[in-house]
Amino acid sequence: MTAADIASREAPRIAPPASKLRRWMRRYALASLGASIIVFWMLVALFAPLIARYAPDIVDVTIRLKPPSWQHWLGTDALGRDVFSRLIYGSQISLFTGFVVVILAAVFGTLMGGIAAYSRGKLEEVIMRITDLVFCFPPIILALAIAAALGIGATNTIIAMLIVWWPKFARLARSLIIVQRSQEYVEAAMVLGLSPARILVRHIIPNSVGPLIVLVTLDIGNAIITFAGLSFLGLGVIPPTPEWGSMVGEGRELIEQWWVAAFPGLAILTIVVGFNFMGDGIRDWLDPKSRRR
Amino acid sequence: MDDVTRATEHKSNPAGHTGPVMDVRDLRTQFFTDEGVVRAVDGVSFQVGTGETLGIVGESGSGKTVAALSLMRLLDEPARIASGQILFQGRDIVKMTPDELRALRGAGIAMVFQDPMTSLNPVLKIARQLAETMLVHGMLNEQQALERSVSLLGRMGITAPQRAIDSYPHQFSGGMRQRVMLAMGFSNEPALLIADEPTTALDVTIQAQILDLLAELNRDFGTAIVLISHDLGVIASVCSRVIVMYGGEVVEEGPTQKILSDPRHPYTWALINAVPRIDRHVPGEKRLVTIDGTPPDPINFPAGCRFAARCPFKIERCTQHPDLVELMPGRKSRCWVTQDGKPLPPPATRLAAPILPAEAKVSAAPKSVPAPMLQLRGVVKHFPLPKDTFFGKQRVVHAVDGVDLDVAKGETVGLVGESGCGKSTLARVIARIHTPTAGSIKFDGHEIAEASQSEIRPLRRRMQMVFQDPYASLNPRMTVSQILSEPLRFHDMTPAGAATMARVHELLDVVGLSRKAADRYPHEFSGGQRQRISIARALSVKPDFIIGDEPISALDVNIQAQIINLMIDLQEKFGLTYLIIAHDLAVVRHISDRIVVLYLGRIAEIAPAEALFDAPLHPYTRYLISAVPIPDADVERGRKRLPLTGEPPSTIDPPSGCRFRTRCPIAKSVCAEVVPPVVEHKPGHFAACHFAGEF
Repeated sequence: MTAADIASREAPRIAPPASKLRRWMRRYALASLGASIIVFWMLVALFAPLIARYAPDIVDVTIRLKPPSWQHWLGTDALGRDVFSRLIYGSQISLFTGFVVVILAAVFGTLMGGIAAYSRGKLEEVIMRITDLVFCFPPIILALAIAAALGIGATNTIIAMLIVWWPKFARLARSLIIVQRSQEYVEAAMVLGLSPARILVRHIIPNSVGPLIVLVTLDIGNAIITFAGLSFLGLGVIPPTPEWGSMVGEGRELIEQWWVAAFPGLAILTIVVGFNFMGDGIRDWLDPKSRRR
Repeated sequence: MDDVTRATEHKSNPAGHTGPVMDVRDLRTQFFTDEGVVRAVDGVSFQVGTGETLGIVGESGSGKTVAALSLMRLLDEPARIASGQILFQGRDIVKMTPDELRALRGAGIAMVFQDPMTSLNPVLKIARQLAETMLVHGMLNEQQALERSVSLLGRMGITAPQRAIDSYPHQFSGGMRQRVMLAMGFSNEPALLIADEPTTALDVTIQAQILDLLAELNRDFGTAIVLISHDLGVIASVCSRVIVMYGGEVVEEGPTQKILSDPRHPYTWALINAVPRIDRHVPGEKRLVTIDGTPPDPINFPAGCRFAARCPFKIERCTQHPDLVELMPGRKSRCWVTQDGKPLPPPATRLAAPILPAEAKVSAAPKSVPAPMLQLRGVVKHFPLPKDTFFGKQRVVHAVDGVDLDVAKGETVGLVGESGCGKSTLARVIARIHTPTAGSIKFDGHEIAEASQSEIRPLRRRMQMVFQDPYASLNPRMTVSQILSEPLRFHDMTPAGAATMARVHELLDVVGLSRKAADRYPHEFSGGQRQRISIARALSVKPDFIIGDEPISALDVNIQAQIINLMIDLQEKFGLTYLIIAHDLAVVRHISDRIVVLYLGRIAEIAPAEALFDAPLHPYTRYLISAVPIPDADVERGRKRLPLTGEPPSTIDPPSGCRFRTRCPIAKSVCAEVVPPVVEHKPGHFAACHFAGEF
């Protein structure tokens, strides 16, 4: 144990509030930036009808493929729809699918991982081999195949993504719980005669959620980009619905009219980067070793 | 041997340099942290003569490790050497360029670290790692380096070095890796070897081997050694001179022998008296000398003597900061009390005031109680290993292999053995964290070996456990009051609300913690305080039997003594029965009525503590006792250590017959064929050996 360990462990933490805030800002600058981006997009999604200047699905071929102007800030697409308004409405479905897929996958995966860790034996084998099976395929290809089999539409695409998504949470949850189970404080709880359910809920889970939360945050950006990818390929949403991936897809062949694909592409980039920054920040914050520096 | 010492004469004494190998002057190493400047090493000066052995002793946080790392400038940001000089053979290390430093490290000065498990690169063969140290300093070609590696490993006591050199680190045990580290350290025949707690992670028998090797290397190569340890016994067995560190300063310096027999700084005095001695035991007197309080905060050192707040000899002058003063030739101390040259009084007359009258203590001695509290018969625990291949042979770890043991009500039974002997597994089987593979466990007449968890639940309240690692045994996300009230509420022992809180406060009082502790989280406490919380948690359900799995081995000596005293107090207060596992034989002897020696999952010997130490019957017990270093240079020198060679065999494929036969000097052919039964040789003294007492 070095003196630094002792100092940070036992020395009273007194620091003037101002410098504390500044230090916090410096340490979590990127995380704050990420959080701001996410909050920004959430507000946009929430108040889309107020922000958008046109309805996202009004077709007017007389003004098709107009470059950005005062009337159409981000130009119009091949059907004369306002790119800006479609971009604003598109944030709703991107955020929604991102959160839904990852949270449902995390809940289901953690449950399966928990069952595997606790049952040890045949059931564990079965669950873990299923996860192996899913991991055998590149995730986007597998999601593509499942979504194609189920048919076009946001709901089917979300189901396809869930099937691909839960195994990583199951694996992580299982290993986290197995590690905690052999900790001395869990053994102490057993010796005190506490029931297995209580040990799981009060002791093991609270000490295992940290890495799961990090994975959830990092993964929402991932899910958004996958969903956009599937939409780009024509699977995600049923056409007139505004969605960033499909908007990029529509602008794919329009080299001259760069604004059709570039702005939704930028939107995807910012939101994914935002979730990554925030996920990294949460990881640092939960990890006492990196917090100490 | 000749090949190994084929020395480069100029290296250990370069042209023109005379005087000490290492001369440290007013060294200050500081950590620049968010909370402020941590003055880890705060004005330390010392010298190491050519071929000298110097020990540095102190508790965790005293700055001894930071001082050692500073000597080689191995510290990273936020640590900085703020001022001072480190003269190595006359050249100042503090001012060296990175290139000069690299040339020096490994060639002029070598270092061996505490944890042999992490100090070797796991993906490189031993040969690569050993040869590399020699090649980078460019004195040998590859072939020579390899040859020298083999001879060095042989010199370090590794059998079949030819084969060893082609192994990876994970194929070696901790002791073997430490030998490899030493081989690496000596490969360029440095003038100075710094060893930072080199044996702390090792078993006592392996520790003895490494310490003997260090002393031998010092003698044969003339290499100066700086040995850092918290264990005075370790220092005494290797070092001729010692410095004691406290609060980042040297508080005492002198010849090891003199300091151990006549300490002139109260901190040294407390260190020496806090450790139970294996060779000196007063029957009936179980409490150890302790000092209160905690080490000073290295960000805000007190203005006066840094030890004053905890010092039992404090005088008025101690509000001023004392200097390190030479008391007599070769002896220095930083203390106002001893400046006049008078020694400190022996501990018995000043502290160690017994809490209970002497008659009460006699009752703690072993009694012959008819029905034992705990009765083990043929307890076996095997752990199946994963198969190598699908059709592979099922391999099994024989952790505990047929243990019979009775523990009477009110007694303290100590359980000792090397790591891997199954002592922790046995504890967990008794506490029914694990289910035994076979055998019977009777707790107060109830058979619990195969009972389900819900059947045992009523008995749980009577049998509790205290764990080894104070940092892992408390749920980090619960406050102390939650930790202590959870079992109370779960078993419905107190009604919710004020009554539970009152009981939590009572428990904190009992283990000597402030009631304010209730609202804090475990990470806000030191190791010793956490162990008190652990004990309070065990006591919460009012048990009469407590299993301690190395409850003090992760603690500093003074904290160790405090916890031992607490456990003895609690035993007297609540009539507790203890089964205590420890690897420190001196501690076990100190607290136990009876001692059980385990070897590779089987009982080697059971005897009353005194009888075991006075007349051990099993050869393994004799080796164990002989391996313990004694903090007294005179005794340590006069003592001939029995060299127990080799390491314990694998528990996957244990030897047939007597399991100790592969390391036993008196083993005969019968030992390989017949498992020696545990036989009562004298009343209460059992041993499992065909030739008990003949060694």
